[in-house]
Amino acid sequence: MQQSLVKEGGAPLDAVILLAFTCLGALGALLATAFSADPLFRFHGYVFLIAFIVAAGVLTVGISSGRFRGDPKSYEDGVIRAGVIATMFWGVVGMLVGVVIAAQLSFPRIFYFPEFGWLNFGRLRPLHTSGVIFAFGGNALIATSFYVVQRTCRARLAGGLAGWFVFWGYQLFIVLAATGYLLGVTQGQEYAEPEWYIDLWLTVVWVAYLLVFLGTIWKRKEPHIYVANWFYLAFIVTIAMLHIVNNLALPVGLLNHRSYSLFAGVQNALTQWWYGHNAVGFFLTAGFLAIMYYFVPKRAERPVYSYRLSIVHFWALIFIYIWAGPHHLHYTALPMWTQTLGATFSIMLWMPSWGGMINGLMTLSGAWDKLRTDPVMRMLVVSIAFYGMSTFEGPMMSIREVNALSHYTDWTIGHVHSGALGWVGFVTFGAMYCLVPWLWKKDRLYSDRLVEWHFWIATTGILLYITAMWVSGIMEGLMWREYTPQGFLANSFVETVSAKHVENIVRTIGGLMYLTGALIMSYNLWRTIRMPSTSKEDSAAALPAMAVAS
Amino acid sequence: MSALTYETVARAAQQGGTVYFAILFLGGLVYALWPRNREAFNRLAHVPLEQEDDDVPA
Repeated sequence: MQQSLVKEGGAPLDAVILLAFTCLGALGALLATAFSADPLFRFHGYVFLIAFIVAAGVLTVGISSGRFRGDPKSYEDGVIRAGVIATMFWGVVGMLVGVVIAAQLSFPRIFYFPEFGWLNFGRLRPLHTSGVIFAFGGNALIATSFYVVQRTCRARLAGGLAGWFVFWGYQLFIVLAATGYLLGVTQGQEYAEPEWYIDLWLTVVWVAYLLVFLGTIWKRKEPHIYVANWFYLAFIVTIAMLHIVNNLALPVGLLNHRSYSLFAGVQNALTQWWYGHNAVGFFLTAGFLAIMYYFVPKRAERPVYSYRLSIVHFWALIFIYIWAGPHHLHYTALPMWTQTLGATFSIMLWMPSWGGMINGLMTLSGAWDKLRTDPVMRMLVVSIAFYGMSTFEGPMMSIREVNALSHYTDWTIGHVHSGALGWVGFVTFGAMYCLVPWLWKKDRLYSDRLVEWHFWIATTGILLYITAMWVSGIMEGLMWREYTPQGFLANSFVETVSAKHVENIVRTIGGLMYLTGALIMSYNLWRTIRMPSTSKEDSAAALPAMAVAS
Repeated sequence: MSALTYETVARAAQQGGTVYFAILFLGGLVYALWPRNREAFNRLAHVPLEQEDDDVPA
């Protein structure tokens, strides 16, 4: 699939293979849509059909007009630019849905729409979680991994158009999953809601992603593989494994959207939380640590504080994380020793997590002044601080006695959001603020002041969010276990819900502030892209002059 | 051959797992601290900073 194999005048092989694939896909989607009696399955058949037909059309036009011949002497940056735009788009969508469902929890009378069943909290909530984790986070990971692997391997992205297939295939997965949630197409397993045929599609896309990433590493000119690529690879390989095992299911029929898991009872629960917690460990942690290990040194213009520590960090993290899942199942039918094992490994995780945090923070040695002068650097550093905070809180909550109070309460929601908004969100924002000027060849962002506004509004929003959830979580946990002198439960469930009203409003305001920050950022990035480019000649001429001036 | 009961499997997994993880961790530690790797690691720590021209793979 290398463009170098193309003979002069011939069509690029990768584009032809992709065209054949999309035509076959369109045919398959047409037949499945035509013969299915299941309206939901048919709807997704139409989505597949439209996607394949549009892709085949674009490929045909592109091949006939002689495009798709990438210059092997340059990096493939087009797909990364598309990834940056997709990251910001899905980020705003996912956060907006989050604010809507927070409003529904705060004011169920105002934000309840009985005539629009698909706007029910139960339908919107997975749209929010998958939207921010997989659409926003996933696009950020794919885009940054394509950037980092090319630069650190000094090799053009492997597979020609395969990178674009990964990008558009992943967007199709997002659209299928998101529309499915609204229509009620769901397996009902947290973070693994998409049904069997959407899972199969993601598997195809993910294997292509793995091959593109490995192919680029294979072509590298640097003998060692830089540590960020190890983290990306662990993320890609482990997500493939988790996704396939947890989604092993038997469809009701090949033309029916519904399927049943191969696992039942406590085995199903354990597999689900082995998957669920490692989605946190490998998607939301390992992948974003890869971002940290490239963008923090690059932005600070300082080497990684300790490369040895980064190696120990990597191996300790990936081998410990995979066992932590059972802490989601304390006081269930899961054997006690398995619960204890999950909690023990979760507590052990504190060490590699903080090792990584120290490594990231100390990379600023000799460049601490940048915290004051560079708001993007501050965003990256605060993300590492939130990483440290939430990886301290998590092991504590995994202890069975703490979990007895925290489980099922808003404390868990607060914990997730300190990790998601503080760590994942901020490190992504920092990386995107770096990437846009680099990719669109600008010498700076449109406005550093707007970055400052984004930083302070979003940080205040996070603090409002997590403090409100700590208060409401501990309060409802204590209310649930409160007894009367006669030995009856003191509070009915709805009393604990109404007691959280103020905290829910504060949480909504916090989320709204975080969304506002993301909108400010989108505007700033848009204006940056629209700025006049600094051409090569200009910057080459400017450099000696600047050197003389300074 | 002893019967393959839950207890024997659980014990083997628990004890084997402890030894396996200890060896893996020590292996990683030895690799990270091996004196001959020092130079390569010092160079690798600078990898994100090295690219003078970000547009050319060479």
